[in-house]
Amino acid sequence: MNASTAVRPALHDCRDTWAATLADVASKDPRVVAVVNDSVGSSKLGGFQKEFADRTINVGIAEQDMVGIGAGLANGGRIPFVSAAACFLTARAMEQIKADVAYSQYNVKLVGQSPGVAYGDLGPTHHSIEDFGWLRTLPGLVVVAPADPRETEQVVRWAASHEGPVYIRVSRMGVPDVYPEDYTFTPGRAVALRDGDDVTIIATGTTVCRALDAAELLSAGGVEARVLSMPTIKPLDTDAVVAAARETAGIVTVEEALVTGLGGAVAETVVAHHPCPVRTIGFHDTFATTGSAEWLLDHIGASPSGIADVAREMVRAR
Amino acid sequence: MSAQTAQDRHAGFVHAVDTTLLPPPDREIAVLGRVRADGDRQVVVTHLRRAATEVRRRAIQTVGAAGAGHIGGEFSITDALVTLYLAVMNISPEQVEAGDPERDRLVLSKGHAANALYTTLAVGGFIHPEALRTFLQPESMLNGHPARSKLTAVEASTGPLGHGLPIAVGMALAARMDGSSRRTFVLLGDGELQEGSNWEAFMTAGHQRLDHLVAVVDRNRLQQGAKVAETNDLEPLADKLRAFNWEVVEIDGNDHGSLLDAFAGVPAASGRPTFVIAHTDKGYPVSYMRDNVAWHHKVPNPDQVAQALAELDTILDGIGKDPQ
Repeated sequence: MNASTAVRPALHDCRDTWAATLADVASKDPRVVAVVNDSVGSSKLGGFQKEFADRTINVGIAEQDMVGIGAGLANGGRIPFVSAAACFLTARAMEQIKADVAYSQYNVKLVGQSPGVAYGDLGPTHHSIEDFGWLRTLPGLVVVAPADPRETEQVVRWAASHEGPVYIRVSRMGVPDVYPEDYTFTPGRAVALRDGDDVTIIATGTTVCRALDAAELLSAGGVEARVLSMPTIKPLDTDAVVAAARETAGIVTVEEALVTGLGGAVAETVVAHHPCPVRTIGFHDTFATTGSAEWLLDHIGASPSGIADVAREMVRAR
Repeated sequence: MSAQTAQDRHAGFVHAVDTTLLPPPDREIAVLGRVRADGDRQVVVTHLRRAATEVRRRAIQTVGAAGAGHIGGEFSITDALVTLYLAVMNISPEQVEAGDPERDRLVLSKGHAANALYTTLAVGGFIHPEALRTFLQPESMLNGHPARSKLTAVEASTGPLGHGLPIAVGMALAARMDGSSRRTFVLLGDGELQEGSNWEAFMTAGHQRLDHLVAVVDRNRLQQGAKVAETNDLEPLADKLRAFNWEVVEIDGNDHGSLLDAFAGVPAASGRPTFVIAHTDKGYPVSYMRDNVAWHHKVPNPDQVAQALAELDTILDGIGKDPQ
């Protein structure tokens, strides 16, 4: 097969799956409501709003109000999915997320749309690379980043059935299917998508497919990488991280975020339980430059070859 | 007796821990319980006046013993709290314990008045009076700001200002989705209205025509360190709220009859949410504290506690003898 005839996998915008799943969940559970900040379109909830007009609250451009209203709806026994562009949901309403949702332990589902650098060329005001780092510091809040449509559907269904606050990061950048058809999401558990004992690559959300491609490149050179998808940033799967630290040369983390997210969480775990080399790929104490989401990820070394280079170096240094 | 045993035998605590007990008050507050708001007006007002005075008697001793608190703003909001919990709201300790979805909701957005809330809950039978002796003590359920995770009677954890109103809007939306006539009350400080999140929520509530939502602003005109008017003025407050599509009522917020009348007007015929501007005095009715900005979080010394108790006892002595 040459490059011109290579079949590229279909890419999916996980927001489509999120919206379809929410509508299905709402059709079965009258407690489910959507709360949005003028983001009906960007949350892909136009169809939901038509079908469930009385269960869609659009507060307009008012994120603090939006999250507080979510807590109040939860007080009334509703299951609110509070959906907005991740950058505004998390940064503008951070104190509401802390006090009204996490501290109050209200059954609110926060859904960050188009996270990371999805709005790449709009600039860092519209990026949400801080959300993992910020939200994983909040006690009692579950933080999940699905990697493909199959996982997005399962995470939305799980969140609706789970009693307690959850943050779901729904990607906009196209991603291929990364999980097998029989995949079942388990909160707080890593998923081994590829076995290997030379080195471990841990990725989450949009970077899982890149980690898998990196493992292919490594394998061609005789390096067998273990690839763990880590949909749940918090609570982190400590067992899987410690096993990787014990059994392989080291861990490379890859995320579409500041490395205070997955990278920081993995590093803390490794240091506490089984120190090993850790390299974090993501944004390092910097706002992103201008470019498309895909370009930006390649630019910071989160391309398959960039990830493979770091992993190879780790194996060589063993 | 330890707090553990007191809490074990009483509803209202999410969990109980053994903790330090503050020195006891001169006499523990009596559980006066509720009164029917639509009963004989003189009986209702007398009950509320007695309860509010008892709450203040107990609250100032709590602050004196704990060495911290926000007594001035607690005294200004006490009458609204007592009127709502003991007469106006459809709520009882049994409803709270059972999680009755049809109970009326109250959010104390000015969460720093927590001691007034706790003491009102005690006088109403929602928490055991002895629990007040754990205020601010290690692992107590009674934080300096109310916590939903620690007291079942607390509907929302508050403390950072500007949070209660959006939450109350959500509660009122949930009630409307349920087709319920339950009401939602939120108590705000006037300085608190400087927080922009309130204005987002005022807009939403007006737009949504949440007629079973009531916001009470404790208009004591003083914030932490200065007059509201000199810091970032709210006026014309009534006009602002009318422009945001709220029904506005201005009353003497330290007068139980006026409070009862204001709440009896809910839902307003206009279909709008109700904004009660409760004109109060910080520190009311204690002479040395009243309308004095120093008493935002100043702690009374033993002599000041004694003087306040003497003034409050004079009020108690007059209740029933001097019809209003």
